[in-house]
Amino acid sequence: MDSRKWLILCAGLVIGAIAAVLVKLGNPSNMGFCIACFERDIAGAIGLHRAGVVQYIRPEIIGIILGAVFTSMFAGEFKARGGSSTLVRFAMGMFMMIGALVFLGCPLRDVLRMAGGDYNAVVGFLGFITGVAAGVFFLRKGFNLGKAEYSHSNAGGYIIPLIAALLLFLLLKATVFNPDAGGPIFFSAEGPGSMAAPIAISLIAGLIVGFLAQRTRLCLSGGIRDFILIRENYLLLGFIGIFVGALVLNLVFGFFKAGFAEQPIAHMMHIWNFLGLFLVGLTATLLGGCPLRQLVLSSEGDLDAGAVVLGMIIGAAVAHNFMFAASAAGVGIYGQIACITGIVFMCWIGWSYREA
Amino acid sequence: MEKVDVRGLSCPMPVIKVKKLIDKGSNEITVTGTSQVSKENVSKLAVSNGYKLNITLDGKDEWEIELTK
Repeated sequence: MDSRKWLILCAGLVIGAIAAVLVKLGNPSNMGFCIACFERDIAGAIGLHRAGVVQYIRPEIIGIILGAVFTSMFAGEFKARGGSSTLVRFAMGMFMMIGALVFLGCPLRDVLRMAGGDYNAVVGFLGFITGVAAGVFFLRKGFNLGKAEYSHSNAGGYIIPLIAALLLFLLLKATVFNPDAGGPIFFSAEGPGSMAAPIAISLIAGLIVGFLAQRTRLCLSGGIRDFILIRENYLLLGFIGIFVGALVLNLVFGFFKAGFAEQPIAHMMHIWNFLGLFLVGLTATLLGGCPLRQLVLSSEGDLDAGAVVLGMIIGAAVAHNFMFAASAAGVGIYGQIACITGIVFMCWIGWSYREA
Repeated sequence: MEKVDVRGLSCPMPVIKVKKLIDKGSNEITVTGTSQVSKENVSKLAVSNGYKLNITLDGKDEWEIELTK
C-alpha cells in the first residue's frame, strides 16, 4: 500500500477517534461529528427554524472551514471558482439536507452511528450505497453540471470563511438580538442542541478535521463511488479508518451498544432510513462530494460548493419549519413526501443534465 | 493522439472522461485540466491502467499530461 493510502487511513482513524472523544466531552451520542446536524443546529441558532432542541452554533463546523481555508492557502490550492449550475447545486443541497434529516445524520454520522452499534445506520448505509450506485448510473450516462470558471479575483472565496469567522464571534459573544423573542442567537436549553463539548475543544477538533480532510480529499460518497466506478479504494480507506477509529474508542468508553432499539437520536423506520440516505448518496454523487467534502471545498474557494452549503442550511430550516425532519419517533408524512420528492427531483436533474 | 479537456470540471468528471478513452483502447491521450485534485485522480487512473505519464505543463492553475502505453 502506498504512502497516500496509509495517510488517508490514518486521517480516518484520527477523525473517528476525535469524534468519540467529542461525545465523551459532551456532544450528543454518536454525534462527535455530523455535518448535516451541525449545519442544522447553526440554522436554528440564527433563527431560521424554531425547533428549540436543535439550536447551537457548532464550533466544529467553524473549525472545519477555517482549518480547510488555511490548509488550502498554504498548499496553494485556495482559488475562487464557480459557475457550474450554481442554483441547481443550491437546490440539490437543500434536498441533500432533507434526506439527511429523514435519516437523522449525514454520511459521516452514519459511519459514527455504525461504529456505535446502531443497526439502523447499517440500513441507512445500504441506502447510501444504493444511492451512490444510482448516481454512478447517471454519471455513466454522461451527467455533467458543467464547467466552473476560475475567477480573476479570489475575493469571493473569502465569503464562506468570513461567515465562519462571524459565527465564531456570535458564538463567543452570544448576543440576544431580539430579547422579546428570546433570540437570535438561540441556544437550546435542552435536547441535542444543548449537548456540546467545550467550545475550544470542539473548535480545535474542527481545525484538525478541516486540515486532514483538505489534504486527503476525504469524501464518504466518493469512497463508494470510486470503488464502483473504477475499483479505486483510496477514499474508501478514509471511510474505513473513521469507522475503526470511532469503534475502538466507543468500546473503550463503553459507548458501544449493538441493536436496532433505543439508539440515540435515531428511529427504526427502515424504509425511511434507507431512502433518506439513498437521497443523500444520489445527490452527493451528482454534486461530486458528500456534505463534509462540500464544506471543505467551499472553504478553498469553490463557490459552487458554497452554494451547496448554504442550500443545506436553508434546507435544514425548511425541514424543521415544515416538519420534514425525523425524530426518535420516526418520519412523519410530510417528511416522507419531501424525501420522495427529493429522489424524483434528483432523477430528473440526473437525466436532464446528460451531455450529448 | 486523442485529446481531452477536463478544465473546470468537478469530481469525478475528469476521471470519467479519461476512462472513456482508456476503455476505447487509446494508447496516446493528452489531458488538460485545472485543479490539483483532478491531476492527482487522472494520474492515479492512468498509472493503474498501465500508462506512462509525461507532465508537459504543471502550473498552479493549469496542467497538461500526456498518457502513453
